[in-house]
Amino acid sequence: MRHKTFLLFVAPSLIAMIALIVFPVISVVIQSFHAQHEQVIEVVENCGPFGCTQTTAVNQEATQALREAEPLGRWVGMDNYINRGHLAFAELADAWSSSDTWGEWWTKVMNLPFYSAIVFTLTFTFIVTPLTIALGFAIAVAVNSAAKAIRGPLIFVSLLPFIINPIVGSLVLFWMVDARGILGQAIQWLADDPDLSVKASTPMMWIMLMVYGIWHSAPFAFVVFYAGLQTVNQDTNEAAMIDGANRWQRVRYVTIPHIMPLVTFVALIQLMDNFRVFEPLISFSAEAHAQSLSTYILSDLTGETVLFNSAAATSVLTVICVGILLSPVLVRTWRDFKRA
Amino acid sequence: MSHTPTQRKLPGYLSALLTTFLVVWLIMAAVPFLWTLWGSFKVEGDFFSKADWTNALTGELTIAETGGAFTGQGYYGAWVQEEFWRAVMNSAIVCFFVVTISLTCSTLAGYALSRSTYNYAFWFLIAALIFRAMPPITLVSGYLLPFFEWNLWGHLSTTIIVLVAINQPFSLWMMTSFFRNIPKDLDESAMVDGCNRIQAFRHVILPVMWPGVITTGLFSFLLAYNDFAVTALLLEKDNQTMIPKIASFLGTTQTKGNVMFAVAAVISATAPLFVLILFFQRQIVSGLTAGAVKG
Repeated sequence: MRHKTFLLFVAPSLIAMIALIVFPVISVVIQSFHAQHEQVIEVVENCGPFGCTQTTAVNQEATQALREAEPLGRWVGMDNYINRGHLAFAELADAWSSSDTWGEWWTKVMNLPFYSAIVFTLTFTFIVTPLTIALGFAIAVAVNSAAKAIRGPLIFVSLLPFIINPIVGSLVLFWMVDARGILGQAIQWLADDPDLSVKASTPMMWIMLMVYGIWHSAPFAFVVFYAGLQTVNQDTNEAAMIDGANRWQRVRYVTIPHIMPLVTFVALIQLMDNFRVFEPLISFSAEAHAQSLSTYILSDLTGETVLFNSAAATSVLTVICVGILLSPVLVRTWRDFKRA
Repeated sequence: MSHTPTQRKLPGYLSALLTTFLVVWLIMAAVPFLWTLWGSFKVEGDFFSKADWTNALTGELTIAETGGAFTGQGYYGAWVQEEFWRAVMNSAIVCFFVVTISLTCSTLAGYALSRSTYNYAFWFLIAALIFRAMPPITLVSGYLLPFFEWNLWGHLSTTIIVLVAINQPFSLWMMTSFFRNIPKDLDESAMVDGCNRIQAFRHVILPVMWPGVITTGLFSFLLAYNDFAVTALLLEKDNQTMIPKIASFLGTTQTKGNVMFAVAAVISATAPLFVLILFFQRQIVSGLTAGAVKG
């Protein structure tokens, strides 16, 4: 295909992505190096019958005017990145020198918002992804062994948790684990503790969020693996059987190698999706117990005073994390591409 | 695909295990929705029953409060009192335009990407993969300040364009993989016959590409319909779409004791998706596996 024709065909898509994905990233980077102008402080001299006094006051009008004239604010360099809300080097060093045990240091680190967000996000990503793959594979095997006539309805029901909106799906679950909901009461009954509430306990909240995460994305893994199982080479399978392979060996040496590339695919998509975990934390009103990088940005953007610059710094750090997370895939693709 | 009898006969204990597992999974997948659907016709005292969980099934308080075992109070409150229908209309507008614009762009680009043999096509797709991985909220924090400055904030049209752009990386990947399955010979023979690239696309590819377009359209629809990060932050209160509206119910109505509005709204927002899976199950499955199986 000629260059010109190619450009013609991709132009609408390319323009949309440059204008609304590349530029916002640049805008975020620029914003992250700025901070809002400080309040304009004036020294006012009040002269009365008993002499003059000098007082300092905030000039609201001038502050407002300055902030409106330069909405981007003033250049502060890396300040946004190293303040308490982000990488917090000073606080980290302080926690290190003032803590006697690892546990104490850890508690202090987890009180820093950025670190607690990144710890939750990574824990969520690396626990939910493998469990999703395992559950999805199990469902695929189970559906594959069911009678052909009922497979359609089985797939229909299995797709529900994935297709339904994440906000809605997690709300439904959240209402059920409410202390007055059916699952919440079941948990209280099992634990024999009538005051137990998922909302009130951090570990329970983390577990619920991860259970939701697995429940939500298992259908995706299931569908991919199910499609893969349909294409397992039956000749190889039979040949293995003639050679005396038992059921387990056939699964281990015929099915699993066939499924392996799909596992990589599902893992990649799941890593990307789980890393931006966002909606369930909102539905579960989990901010007191768990904060992900995405909800941390949201809370800066929707708070009493909108903290654009803080949100921008978190965004840049998040994008860098995504890059690190994707780098093995990118390096591999690059190598494959070079070789091809 | 055909199944040889060898795969069919499982030993008894194994098939019992698989069946049990399947039943447990089906309960996990379906019951939360059925439970909420049933509960949406009750009053709050039954939906969250402190006294006895069977109340949620029988609706004792619902009978006491309204006279019948089922009540439409939640739906009335959400749709009429809180004007949920406005949000439904906005969602319909946003979804329609996002799907149409997004499909037009990604069909053209996907075709070009699948036919180009140059390196830049590869890099284009890799860039799209990286864009796909970025959390939408990081982009939103980049939009807000410029949008406020240029008075673009709060309009449905802005939101539509933003959603189209966020949708592009995914749609591109999907369309490219569909077009790769349409043999190159088809359009190349048309070009040998004297068509140029655009004519070949119009007369030869356009008639055979619809299965791919429908599948990609479904996923664009789901993305627009399900979006929360963009719509919640870029729209004003009075032109909100469904999902941020539901989220706003939680903030305001939970305190008023009208959580049932949210329950009814949740069911209302889920119903269309339910119908969607019912009719387009095959396309959804093929779309989810498109990138994977061909690799």
